[in-house]
Amino acid sequence: MIAGTLGAIGRPALQALAAIGRLGLFAGTVIGHILRPPFYLREFGVALLQIGWFSLPVVGLTAIFTGGALALQIYAGGARFNAEAVVPSIVAIGMARELGPVLGGLMVAARVASSIAAEIGTMKVTEQIDALVTLSTNPLKYLVVPRVVAATLSMPVLVATGDAIGIMGGWLVGITRLDFNSATYLKNTVDFLEAWDVGSGLFKGAAFGFIVALMGCYHGMNSARGAQGVGAATKSAVVSASVLILAANYILTELFFTS
Amino acid sequence: MITLSDVHKAFGANRVLQGVNLTIASGTSMVIIGGSGTGKSVLLKSILGLVRPDSGMITLDGQDVTAKGKSGADRDAFLARFGMLFQGGALFDSLRVWENVAFRLVRGAKAMPKPQARELAIEKLRRVGLKPETADLYPAELSGGMQKRVGLARAIAAEPEIIFFDEPTTGLDPIMAGVINDLIREIVVEMGATAMTITHDMSSVRAIADNVAMLHGGVIRWTGPVSELDATPDPYVQQFIHGRADGPIESVR
Ligand SMILES: Nc1ncnc2c1ncn2[C@@H]1O[C@H](COP(=O)(O)OP(=O)(O)O)[C@@H](O)[C@H]1O
Ligand SMILES: [Mg+2]
Repeated sequence: MIAGTLGAIGRPALQALAAIGRLGLFAGTVIGHILRPPFYLREFGVALLQIGWFSLPVVGLTAIFTGGALALQIYAGGARFNAEAVVPSIVAIGMARELGPVLGGLMVAARVASSIAAEIGTMKVTEQIDALVTLSTNPLKYLVVPRVVAATLSMPVLVATGDAIGIMGGWLVGITRLDFNSATYLKNTVDFLEAWDVGSGLFKGAAFGFIVALMGCYHGMNSARGAQGVGAATKSAVVSASVLILAANYILTELFFTS
Repeated sequence: MITLSDVHKAFGANRVLQGVNLTIASGTSMVIIGGSGTGKSVLLKSILGLVRPDSGMITLDGQDVTAKGKSGADRDAFLARFGMLFQGGALFDSLRVWENVAFRLVRGAKAMPKPQARELAIEKLRRVGLKPETADLYPAELSGGMQKRVGLARAIAAEPEIIFFDEPTTGLDPIMAGVINDLIREIVVEMGATAMTITHDMSSVRAIADNVAMLHGGVIRWTGPVSELDATPDPYVQQFIHGRADGPIESVR
């Protein structure tokens, strides 16, 4: 009875620990390969295009609607204690510190972690990964490193773009729906936004980009056989990337903003 | 020379290889026959290290190839001696046909310039009966039989000394199968390569093989020169080569 209960708790806990261990090992191996040749520049270029460039519309749309909604909410909330004037600075700080990186990260997780996992998973089940090995090419270097590096480098750029578009969304709503003066809105935004508000968000973006690509690659490389295996790998990649992004966001926020 | 001694491999409860012993002399052509699902593909992959045997030893020219802790460079040197045609072709679908064939040629220490590699790829494609126009297509635009032949061209492109062919003629029409059989034979005779071929096609066996081994029940059931294949009294071999439904090999596996 007691043994059964302990087992019921212990087994999943052990499995979770083992999974974290495997993931840590995978991350370590990938990082170890980043600086050692050969470098596959063409694969890196393709990954930059796929992960960075083609994610711009999704990240931009997410940001503009979020910025707009944020302005409406803060205006309504601020009106309760006659603080409507804080709208520009709170929108800017909220976008730069939290919503830009987190929502951008989640959208990229949905878009990129899934496609990486499905592509690498399919390569795994159709023996293309085995074929790479027999052609003296390390799949980690050829498939994983370019994607991980591209995602880590392009996410901060995506986040910066998202910040700007989100702030613009708030400004648009501010001057059309709320009665803000355009120049005052912009002046307030610039005056109260600090470099570290933006910098911390970019740093978060890089971490989230790393997580997204790593999860996509990890689950793809470990895909089970068949179409079902690839489906399961894709799902796991998106879910784990999203949860890890939220967890990492909390940890980074603790590190950055509590002293 | 490749030797396998007492090689075991199980996937969970599925015991696929249960003590395989086999020797393939350099410059000879070994054909592996056996029912589907008996572990022929697993056997080839074990030699290449794509599948790690649970126990047993595999050596290439006297050196243990399953030894752990080999450096990346050793492993590259080892793999550079091999070419492999996978059962499903395993072409990289993000690359054009010629880039698949020339994959090894344009990479690594002895990389050649792209135009030259492309020429060579087109030449290899011609040898497997594919037109030069095929070179710029993507694998998804080809039929299954054409993909198989591109896979074959990729396996032989770098002229490796040991080549594994996993069902090279499955899915091909009889004429194309004949072309491929001749090609494999030619590679062994003219280039002195060592070949291991998996096939279900008895006309392929007779065209390609110096020696034949039959895998059944996780072990090599019979092995010998192809000239002795027909005369062997082994009921398993007899049932297989004559394609009889009844005999010691169960038809439900
Ligand atoms: N990676 C793997 N994981 C689990 N089972 C496998 C794997 N590879 C092969 N098998 C199983 O091993 C057995 C032999 O497979 P295979 O070598 O492909 O057969 P064949 O003789 O037709 O080539 C099959 O039952 C197959 O399901
Ligand atoms: Mg097979």
